[in-house]
Amino acid sequence: MRLKTFARIGLPIAAIALPQMGVAQEADTTPLNGEIGYIFTTFMFLVSGFLVFFMAAGFAMLEAGLVRGKNVAMQLTKNVALFSLASVFFYLLGYNLMYPGDGWTISGVLGAFAITGLEPVGLEGAEPDLTYASVGSDFFFQLMFAAATASIVSGALAERIKLWPFLVFVMVLTAVIYPIQASWKWGGGFLDAMGFQDFAGSTVVHSVGGWAALTGAIILGPRMGKYKDGRVTPFPGSNLALATLGTFILWLGWFGFNGGSQLYMDTAANVTDISRIFSNTNIAAASGAIAALVLTQLMYKKPDLTMILNGALAGLVSITAEPLTPTLIEATLIGAVGGVIVVFAVPMLDRFKIDDVVGAIPVHLCAGIWGTLAVAFTNDAANFGTQLVSILIVGAFVVVASSVVWLVLKSVVGLRVDEEAEINGLDMAELGMEAYPEFAKA
Amino acid sequence: MKLIIATIKPFKLEDVRQALSAIGVRGMMVHEIKGFGAQSGHTEIYRGAEYEVNYVPKVKLEIAVPASMAEQVMETIAETAKTGRIGDGKIFALDLTHAMRVRTGETGEVAL
Repeated sequence: MRLKTFARIGLPIAAIALPQMGVAQEADTTPLNGEIGYIFTTFMFLVSGFLVFFMAAGFAMLEAGLVRGKNVAMQLTKNVALFSLASVFFYLLGYNLMYPGDGWTISGVLGAFAITGLEPVGLEGAEPDLTYASVGSDFFFQLMFAAATASIVSGALAERIKLWPFLVFVMVLTAVIYPIQASWKWGGGFLDAMGFQDFAGSTVVHSVGGWAALTGAIILGPRMGKYKDGRVTPFPGSNLALATLGTFILWLGWFGFNGGSQLYMDTAANVTDISRIFSNTNIAAASGAIAALVLTQLMYKKPDLTMILNGALAGLVSITAEPLTPTLIEATLIGAVGGVIVVFAVPMLDRFKIDDVVGAIPVHLCAGIWGTLAVAFTNDAANFGTQLVSILIVGAFVVVASSVVWLVLKSVVGLRVDEEAEINGLDMAELGMEAYPEFAKA
Repeated sequence: MKLIIATIKPFKLEDVRQALSAIGVRGMMVHEIKGFGAQSGHTEIYRGAEYEVNYVPKVKLEIAVPASMAEQVMETIAETAKTGRIGDGKIFALDLTHAMRVRTGETGEVAL
């Protein structure tokens, strides 16, 4: 009930009206000391949550910019649909599978099957956990991570996968696959008990999206004409301004992604740690971009903007497993290695004829593995063995689970659009509209 | 009547238009095109994979003029579009047999 008095601060009119109602508690508008931590942490989750939400826009713009003009409207459709479906399916199943509390179905392995419930309005009759944050803020924040995982997949499989099978995969990914493996670490499951360290999800989020993208890209096959006569045919992106905007939006969202993963903002120590995380996150992105800039200049004689964008994102993914313990110079190096990894991983995937339209696999999977291993350099609580074993366990689970879903979808409804649709572009074939209509009906 | 077709470097378009207006050309059609000629292609690298750029951007002009003006128009374009470097473009002239102004139905040179 203390929170009822707290609500009055935001509604001065109600506070003025109260004495007339004979309530003699008007001095009681200051939140109790014990609530301050809860308030700040909850507020921090809400701000971080909408920063991570904005990453959905970042992914959408990055992908819209890197696909060809004839597939832009479809890529945007996939992005808005996947975020929306992730929101619903993480609510229906994901959240309690991921955070079962004491309600594990199989202890440490399989969480609870329950629909998400929030606190009652005004905390009527409820005692909040004042040492943490509101369930509503936690759910809101965590849901954004599930959606980000699905966004990673859409970029890799762009320009050839059918809309509905992709969306079915997103439902399974966000309702089941992502939450189950996330519970192993963040829900307090067996990987957490083993001592696995993954602060904001280089493995739990990024490599999971990366593994799902990799299995999807292999099962789906490359775009028509991508690998012809033993050569790689580049399909330049349609709008590098959008791709750059998307990257900057992701960069911004990442401050919420990593900063919010501190999980508490109730003490001077915690809020200082969040500041440190912001600084480390930013410098890792910067060094990833610089590494890709210099490396493409040296290797190709001209810098490749799309690689620089991937480099910044790889720097971000690399620092995500441990954005707190590194010093600024360590964060710089960790991010730079991520940028280097991308520049080599992109052509390497092409050699294996794995067609990843936006570089999602090099950025989220390869740099995600690197970032997870690099935790051991700066955090004494981590060791390489446990990090490596955990990467492999999560990887094996996601590869197997995703493959099953992809293969079932492939055999039941088919994954690819037909050749004619792929040639004409998914915009006209599947949507009947274009992102950039050439002849406007004036 | 003659139809002059010229391909020029895109950044020369405004100079050429001004020069043609100065000698009395009253209209032209302009297209953004790509093509290749002696300039041919070159290779670039996108995300680590080499590709050939076989077509370079040009602007194509189509100008219908009385036969008596054709030489002057071609010379004016050649003078203003010239940089002396490879890829300056080409100018062609075709005989034009018919012309009609849509608004009035006039035909022949008066329609130009």
